Amino acid sequence: MTRLSTLAHGRAGDKGRLVNISVIAYDARDYARLAREVTIERVRAQLGAAIAGDVRRYELPHLGALNFVMARPAGDSVTRSLALDAHGKSLSSLLLDLELPE
Amino acid sequence: MKTVRIGCGAGYSGDRIEPAVELADRGALDYLVFECLAERTLALAQRERARDGQRGYDPLLAARLTAVLPHCLSQGVTLITNMGAANPVAAAALAARLAGELGFHGVRIAAVTGDDVFDAVAGGDATLIDSGARVDTLGTGLVAANAYLGAEPLLEALRGFARIVITGRVADPSLFLAPLVHEFNWRLDDWPTLGAGTVVGHLLECAGQVTGGYFADPGRKDVADLARLGFPLAEVTEDGSAVITKVEGSGGAVTVATCTEQLLYEIHDPSAYLTPDVTADFSRVRLTADGPDRVAVTGAGGRPRPATLKVSVGFRDGFIGEGQIGYRGSGATARARLALAIVQERLALSGVRCLELRGDLIGTEPGDVRLRVAGRTATLLDAERIGNEVETLYTNGPAGGGGALKAAREVLAMDAVLLSRDRVVPAVSFVES
Repeated sequence: MTRLSTLAHGRAGDKGRLVNISVIAYDARDYARLAREVTIERVRAQLGAAIAGDVRRYELPHLGALNFVMARPAGDSVTRSLALDAHGKSLSSLLLDLELPE
Repeated sequence: MKTVRIGCGAGYSGDRIEPAVELADRGALDYLVFECLAERTLALAQRERARDGQRGYDPLLAARLTAVLPHCLSQGVTLITNMGAANPVAAAALAARLAGELGFHGVRIAAVTGDDVFDAVAGGDATLIDSGARVDTLGTGLVAANAYLGAEPLLEALRGFARIVITGRVADPSLFLAPLVHEFNWRLDDWPTLGAGTVVGHLLECAGQVTGGYFADPGRKDVADLARLGFPLAEVTEDGSAVITKVEGSGGAVTVATCTEQLLYEIHDPSAYLTPDVTADFSRVRLTADGPDRVAVTGAGGRPRPATLKVSVGFRDGFIGEGQIGYRGSGATARARLALAIVQERLALSGVRCLELRGDLIGTEPGDVRLRVAGRTATLLDAERIGNEVETLYTNGPAGGGGALKAAREVLAMDAVLLSRDRVVPAVSFVES
């Protein structure tokens, strides 16, 4: 297994109930592998109950990057969340712990 | 070839002030922009203005202006900021007074208003984007409704020779796009060029987040000298392409990696980033290294602006109460779990109605294990009871509980609606120091 954080870095941002997380290859040559293996299904499984509903994925090959967009559970947003990280800023670190198949 | 140099002196209302002074003094800037108005910051400011009609602007306005104005006004740097928050006119009056006290007289200061659309939105049937409910269901809980203005009213201020432009709600990138349109005489329907200027604004608007802040990850992404993080500036050319950089010798780093993270920050569909000015297309932007701490930005595009304006809506949404207490040594986890069970039972026994309650154990034994209980309630009294029930564990709970903390606050929640452009009428007024 390869941990995603060894191949890529990323950043989480929040707008209302929506969260985006970028996944950016350190080395552009790894982008194809990211595009193949960091699937919507794996992202949803990795983030679990932190998100709800559909995950959208945008591909930016010239930046070596993927951008994932998803919603937080109903009633959960920066202003009313009971979570310690009300913004969801640490979600990028959670996603980068994803284990990829060899 | 003409180049415009724009710096960003703040990425949120509480941001550091020294990096802005460094930019104003040593950035050889034409413009210095301060972005200080998150969604909720403005709703809090509206609540403050409702209590005192002379307030409602950014609490750090005076401190920031006092620190940077001597540099800006003596070096010909025009200052643009949304620190006017809920009261740009009062903020402009304060700026005029401060400039005068610093010995600068005859300085023109513009206040941009018209973003407050409370009357147009209150009681209406517009649909809240996040919750799907109608605005009128908020009733008297509605606290603020502010439309995101674009660059146009700021252009009027700049054409009127304002040296300080103070706004309320303006789309963050528009604060940066306005001086570019003004300097280069870009047409307001030249969508690809407006898209390029919007990308520059987007990269700058969070200040330190593009110069190595919100980035460091020891061993994987090391960043030097974060305690002296430099804030960014862009050297922008007439076609909208730009170089992102920072003051030489400041802390942090501007690399393709820091810029890529910020380019995609808070972005949904990269080909359709909506602002009041343009539908910007980030999907073909290229970032290339251009020397130490310099990254060139090219390839942005744009399509016509959206037909409607987004309106940020703030409303009262109950209360949150919170309490914490800590345990230590072997068995700390079990004692913290027992503490949580006691709090849950106490809240039920004493009739505290929690709409939602969560308990977290933070840390691992034999080190500190802290219990944190947080709950949402309909009344402040119930919210306060949550922290109190945690605190009473001092003398009534498991052995060795210490370091209790408690807090209770009203929730000011944010949502958004879309409003037709003809319902929003920006205005610009001037004062002089």
